Amino acid sequence: MSRSVWKGPFVDGYLLNKADAARASTRNEIIKIWSRRSTILPQFVGLTFGVYNGKKFIPVQVSENMVGHKFGEFSPTRTFTGHSSDKKAKRG
Amino acid sequence: MARIAGVNIPTNKRVLISLRYIYGIGPSNAKVICEQLGIPEDRRVNQLTDEEILKIRELIDREYRVEGDLRRENAMNIKRLMDMACYRGLRHRKGLPVRGQRTHTNARTRKGKAVAIAGKKKVTK
Repeated sequence: MSRSVWKGPFVDGYLLNKADAARASTRNEIIKIWSRRSTILPQFVGLTFGVYNGKKFIPVQVSENMVGHKFGEFSPTRTFTGHSSDKKAKRG
Repeated sequence: MARIAGVNIPTNKRVLISLRYIYGIGPSNAKVICEQLGIPEDRRVNQLTDEEILKIRELIDREYRVEGDLRRENAMNIKRLMDMACYRGLRHRKGLPVRGQRTHTNARTRKGKAVAIAGKKKVTK
């Protein structure tokens, strides 16, 4: 079920401060964030965030059509390297 | 033969049913269309007057997104997800379930027909 509109988008408050600070500093630094649950807001467009996936900060350049999604969607937490070919099959 | 919304040629079935041959018009849309134009449920397509067919055609052109347009829109939506490299896009790329279903078993609709693993021994009693 989708979130009630009257609540507005969910964002961890400190992200707004971080984004503002990054805007002010003009240096294009990656903003490290752990808040994968936060919605991407229009004011984040153009900034680069490092979204933590439990191990690394995955750089996410926020573009316009990412607005409305959550940060976590762009930072996969699982790696699937594929099935190794079966050893028995090789021998036989 | 009635040609509505481009390529679709529904047969000598009831209007309510044959409208559903159009991609983008399902049971509920077909019902709404029939009600709006006052076409009785048991009328068949070959019993429609030219005027009624024209009316249906106009209504669908005006208010519904069907066939090519709808297919293109859906493809664009999926492409948007894939280009964004978000989780749902990745799942689309890999051809796996997008909405968090299990993949340990099942998921055959997305994954396609089961492929046998080479060299896997069958359990024999």
